[in-house]
Amino acid sequence: MLLSVEDLRVSYGGIKALHGIGFRVDEGEIVCIIGANGAGKSTTLRAVSRLVPAEPGSKLTYRGKDLLKYPPDRVVAELGITHVPEGRRLFDNLTVMENLRLACFARRNGPEIQRDLDRVFSIFPRLRERIHQKAGTLSGGEQQMLAIGRAFMSGRQVMLLDEPSMGLAPLLMMDVFKALGEINREGTTILLVEQNARLALRFARRGYVLENGNLVLEGSSEELLNNPDVKKAYLGG
Amino acid sequence: MTFFLQQVVNALQWGSFYALIALGYSMVYSVLMLFNFAHGDIFMVGAYMGFFVATGLVTLGAAGVLALPSWLILALTILMAMFLTSLVGMLVERVGYRPLRGAPRASAALTGLMIGIILQTGNLALLGARRQTFPGLIDVTSYKVAGVIVSNKALIIITLSILLTLALHQFVRRTKWGMAMRAMAYDFAVVPLMGVSINTIALLTFGLGSALAAVAGIFFGMAYPVLEPYMGLLVGWKAFVAAILGGRGSVLGAGLAGFLLGFIEIFVAAVFPSTLRDVIAYSIILVILTFRPYGFFGEPYSAQLRL
Repeated sequence: MLLSVEDLRVSYGGIKALHGIGFRVDEGEIVCIIGANGAGKSTTLRAVSRLVPAEPGSKLTYRGKDLLKYPPDRVVAELGITHVPEGRRLFDNLTVMENLRLACFARRNGPEIQRDLDRVFSIFPRLRERIHQKAGTLSGGEQQMLAIGRAFMSGRQVMLLDEPSMGLAPLLMMDVFKALGEINREGTTILLVEQNARLALRFARRGYVLENGNLVLEGSSEELLNNPDVKKAYLGG
Repeated sequence: MTFFLQQVVNALQWGSFYALIALGYSMVYSVLMLFNFAHGDIFMVGAYMGFFVATGLVTLGAAGVLALPSWLILALTILMAMFLTSLVGMLVERVGYRPLRGAPRASAALTGLMIGIILQTGNLALLGARRQTFPGLIDVTSYKVAGVIVSNKALIIITLSILLTLALHQFVRRTKWGMAMRAMAYDFAVVPLMGVSINTIALLTFGLGSALAAVAGIFFGMAYPVLEPYMGLLVGWKAFVAAILGGRGSVLGAGLAGFLLGFIEIFVAAVFPSTLRDVIAYSIILVILTFRPYGFFGEPYSAQLRL
């Protein structure tokens, strides 16, 4: 088991967002968490990347290490868990290249960085054409590519993806997910949260359903796609 | 014409202090979204650090223990005061601001004011109310070019201030540390996701800004050799004005605005009675700010402060 989460509780100023959820992710897997807006999907990812504090009693273990002992920058730099946040959150004032370079901040300078950069540009050739452009001038699809490229550069043991389909036209969305599949086949484990449940379940091997801060269902993607409740609530009947 | 050029030289020297202090103000404001109101007092600390180092080296020389050429004493004074003052600045960050990261902005602003008071009165308690005289580090020679008098001291002050501003600009543009600072200026909350420690960048920002304030303090001591614990107050406020006028996120903007303040003050004083200098000068700046509320070179930043 690569990542295990037990009894994860998070609240924001007294309001409970997660009521003690548990899930696991194995090495090399693609796992998705689906749920409605406000169910706690983003909070789950933020807790794993340590951006929000988990309440006492929560247990988060990564490769046998207690995740709660790591501040967010070391989760990335030392454990290789990267988080592509909701809305991409690129540094619009930096160029494409600078965004990618910044993601390597904690890495030792060496040929590996160049190799990884080349890999990012081979997955997303359009980024190469725009390396000197400010990230703020990219189209929505290109911005998502850069956000994923940035995560690829910074760690890439595990990628936590928050709504990668958001705001993308269907064709671009397919491109992005194709690229994510490629990155996964090269060894990166993916934990994905999505409102677009159909897309997420087709992409992932397993999934969890999050409702109002509780995990209510889990299963293989096939099971979930055929589950009548899931169909009714998330797949449009 | 000679009169005008003479005022230009004076303004450049006067603006150098504002520019160097404004750089630190601007950096902290840009990178950490924080008004470090203690920064004027860091300038004061820098001047005293320079005073201690310089006096020590001059005394050693007079005692015949270690006779160094005056240019080397000046260089050592600048470097050591930069180092010591940056330690003080980083301590201020670590002890004063870090515990309040995420606290309401007003609390952090108050922290700055309180640290300022502590630095002023701490100095008073340690050294007493006696004013200190900054040692004359270099033999002053004045050159007369086309009727304009320029001293070697003014040349050193102006040249180094401009060079340091440009060096900081390059640092922020070209190094990975500078890149992290610019990223933080744009979207603070996402920076840790890049594997970058916010605390480290905060220390760097305070350290650099304080080191530059120390240079300003030494230059000030060279030009006006009387040091007292409250010397950073008014100068600090004015440098703060320059930092805002320059625009958030712009090193060159802060530097230029610092020199602009020097020009406005000197030229107002050249025409009007000196008691009216600041009244008129800062009325002019108020008008400028009305027309350019984001300053001269303000960069956009993400409105989202949290993830």
